[in-house]
Amino acid sequence: MNSLLAKMRAKGIKSLAPSKTKIMVGMATCGIASGAELVYNALADEIKKQKLDIILSKTGCIGMCYREPLVDVIEPTHPRLTYSKVSPKDVTAILNQIGEGKKKDKKPYCRIDEENLIINEEKMSYLTSTLPDDMKVIPLMSEIDFYKKQVKIATRNCGFIDPGNIDEYIARGGYFSLQKILFGIEPEKVIDEVEGSGLRGRGGGGFPTGFKWRSCRNAPGEVKYVICNGDEGDPGAYMDRSIMEGDPHSVIEGMIIGAYAIGAQEGYIYVRDEYPLAVRALTEAVSQAREGGFLGKDIFNSGFSFDIKISKGSGAFVCGESTALMASLEGKAGEPRAKYVHTVEHGLWDQPSNLNNVETWANVPVIMSRGKDWFSQIGSKKSTGTKVFSLVGNVKNVGLIEIPMGTTLKEIVYDIGGGIPKGKKLKAVQTGGPSGGCIPEGLIDLPVGFDELTKAGSMMGSGGMIIMDENICMVDVARYFEEFLQGESCGKCVPCREGVRRMREILEDICNGKGRDGDIELLEDMSQAIIDGSLCALGSSAPNPVLSTIRYFRDEYNAHILEKRCPAGVCQELAHAE
Amino acid sequence: MSKTENMRKSIKAIVEKYHGEESSLIAILQDIQQEYNFLPKEALNLLSEETKMPLSRIYEVSTYYNSFSLTPRGRHVVQVCAGTACHIKGSPKLLSRVENELDIKCGETSEDLMFTLKDVRCLGCCSLAPVIKVDDHIYAYMTEDKIPEILESYRK
Amino acid sequence: MINLVIDNKKIQAEGGSTILQAAQNNGIKIPTLCYHEELTASGSCRLCSVEITKGKRTKIVTSCIYQVEEGLIVNTQSERVMNVRRLVLQLLMARCPESEVIQEIAEKVDVKPQTRFQLDEDKGKCILCRQCVKVCEEVVGVSAIGFSYRGADKVVGPPFMEPSQTCIGCGACAYVCPTGHIIMEDLGDERIIWGKHFKMAKCKVCGKLLAPEDQLKYISKTTGVPLDNLTTCVDCR
Repeated sequence: MNSLLAKMRAKGIKSLAPSKTKIMVGMATCGIASGAELVYNALADEIKKQKLDIILSKTGCIGMCYREPLVDVIEPTHPRLTYSKVSPKDVTAILNQIGEGKKKDKKPYCRIDEENLIINEEKMSYLTSTLPDDMKVIPLMSEIDFYKKQVKIATRNCGFIDPGNIDEYIARGGYFSLQKILFGIEPEKVIDEVEGSGLRGRGGGGFPTGFKWRSCRNAPGEVKYVICNGDEGDPGAYMDRSIMEGDPHSVIEGMIIGAYAIGAQEGYIYVRDEYPLAVRALTEAVSQAREGGFLGKDIFNSGFSFDIKISKGSGAFVCGESTALMASLEGKAGEPRAKYVHTVEHGLWDQPSNLNNVETWANVPVIMSRGKDWFSQIGSKKSTGTKVFSLVGNVKNVGLIEIPMGTTLKEIVYDIGGGIPKGKKLKAVQTGGPSGGCIPEGLIDLPVGFDELTKAGSMMGSGGMIIMDENICMVDVARYFEEFLQGESCGKCVPCREGVRRMREILEDICNGKGRDGDIELLEDMSQAIIDGSLCALGSSAPNPVLSTIRYFRDEYNAHILEKRCPAGVCQELAHAE
Repeated sequence: MSKTENMRKSIKAIVEKYHGEESSLIAILQDIQQEYNFLPKEALNLLSEETKMPLSRIYEVSTYYNSFSLTPRGRHVVQVCAGTACHIKGSPKLLSRVENELDIKCGETSEDLMFTLKDVRCLGCCSLAPVIKVDDHIYAYMTEDKIPEILESYRK
Repeated sequence: MINLVIDNKKIQAEGGSTILQAAQNNGIKIPTLCYHEELTASGSCRLCSVEITKGKRTKIVTSCIYQVEEGLIVNTQSERVMNVRRLVLQLLMARCPESEVIQEIAEKVDVKPQTRFQLDEDKGKCILCRQCVKVCEEVVGVSAIGFSYRGADKVVGPPFMEPSQTCIGCGACAYVCPTGHIIMEDLGDERIIWGKHFKMAKCKVCGKLLAPEDQLKYISKTTGVPLDNLTTCVDCR
């Protein structure tokens, strides 16, 4: 083992489970938005005031957004206790409960006794003595409904490490995959492993990752690039942000491995500018990786050199499309181009380029560590592994979940999500963002997978999953997405630039009581031509929200058009007309 | 030094930071906006002179991306999240209320240059929907009645 | 030479050529609008869309960009193609109701306007094909005009929609514009284009109007040919 890596690992282990009490506060963007910063400051003040010998640190999003702010207390030899919905006035009580034999009046939400690190099966024990009686009633995190069915691969470290501490990343198995590879696995073998795992792009396309890597490796040319697409634009999706903020090194290590396999010398991480914390976390992580010798010249004395640049987006959803993203990296307006010639052959500056999504990259170190056979038996046959979803909308347990492919929507909404609040009925599950569609309650037994969702008229997309109850108007949902797409269309091709806005105008009319008989058929007609005629995937998938809502909720459209009535009671103009 | 000379000096420094590379145009514009709170026409002209990049190209990129503003922005930027989760929890009503309070439409800046109002998709705080952001601060579980107070706190 | 089939006709085409070129060289007509022989294809109007079959897969591509491949089967009149063509023309007729060129193409392929689309009044005849921008950038080398904004708000013109400092009044943009959106007026010894007035240079022998002075100055600067030589018309040399 590389001696520097060993040293950093030892330092990281001490940092993760120190010999004195450690408190971690969930400080991802949503944590801060819910008030975690105030809690953190209150803790810092109180610790200072009482002169307590406690380590205070920050961590990323563990996914339980519905219980934020989250505070974890790790006393040596004791389980890790998670307190939820913490406010500054709870701080004194929490601090007073620390110490042998202290009564826990403020109840923790859950506890972790030990973890089996998914990347290397190593055991990390928090509890190293007998479990105190008063902690026996606190449920294990792995047993609570929200986590029971989750398998955290891409989000393995989010909420468990201080993202600004590379030693902690290493202590949890980070950079060992890279070391293993650079010390004795041929690039072709790396690609074999990724291909054999069945990993498919997690950004929405679902394209086989290993196949893409191989095509790029085989493409003629000396100069090659690997790119990370961090332009998570789907409204309602924040999985990538959590990974970039909470575990930036998982992306970096994935990219280094990919670059080695493909033969790339330079990498870019393109992050949307609406994610300043992610930009900061990645920038710091890249700098630490360089210091540690994981990036730069002659990594691990292997002869392989590679470095990464961070590039900020500037507010354009279309830049999530790979050719538009590359145009943006080149300093141009982010407009897509025809993909008749693939970007793996002619991409960034016309050179072979391999672009993958954040979550895709984050999976790579684990695949290389555990092997393709292990990975491919998780999930389903054609959609292996796990998928991170942002479970949001009209559902009780709103947050980020990572589940094996093949889990059904019913399990997600009811078992993990806790069902619909306020006793309302489930109406639809929206997946795939503006490129996706709505799956009605009747198809709730659908297992989650690339092909299954596409067949049902939606798509996997990047992982946004919006739960909609009976009070949501599906025509308004279609109108909402077309309005969004109209504003984000680059304007290059006629079907998208002109077609999407005309569809939106018609939907606007329908929602305002000005719909006409024949509008549904017209929308269906236009949809097919827009799908076929558009230059890029933004345009060609733009009709999906319209087609899927017409497919499953045609009667709602009819009510708006023929009866001038909005069954869900949402469309204002129609509500007034009654 | 005249205002123009000052501006030229700072543009030169920004260009040098990126080695005058054309591919860094977006980053250069981000830095210019960071300094001047928007992209002044004069700055773009000077940028064209300093880099020899055609003004038409600079103008295309400046107008293409949502984050750039060619008109002075308010001291505070109010962003109402219009993401899907926020939308179904009533963000359109929030937006209308802010529009009324500030007497401007989304995308505009108030006359006293205090506030610029934008909608954004999305801030990724879906568990706290509906959400608005003023400068760097995110306000969770928003309701219409909270808006006047929040805006007022920035006027002080 | 590459062998392919277009509309059931066996065709041979040069490697590197596009389906459109192969079709045109073999008397097969595919409607185009934004395509210009002398400039790189935009692929923006989508009117030249065709249906291709490769092995088991079928898809719609723009023939102006897609290069010929061995064994490719092309259909320029399939139902999917006709649908795309129809929608594109209907959308363009709604966007540019004043454009005779678009109306003529629509009539030729028997496409009627879609009355459900409200007619635009502010787009002129511009279909945003980008050929004017390209010719100014790639051929003339001045980049006086460009696109701005995005989506349906996209518009072409000089930066800030103000008379351009760098425009030389050559009129190449007006020449390549497929719909005649760009207006170049020659009035007396003045030319007006994109809101800028240009003084026309006269032949110093016969007094015939030649080209804007700015254009001749630019040509002299870039080619090294003395300005004097450029201010005598061809007939008088």
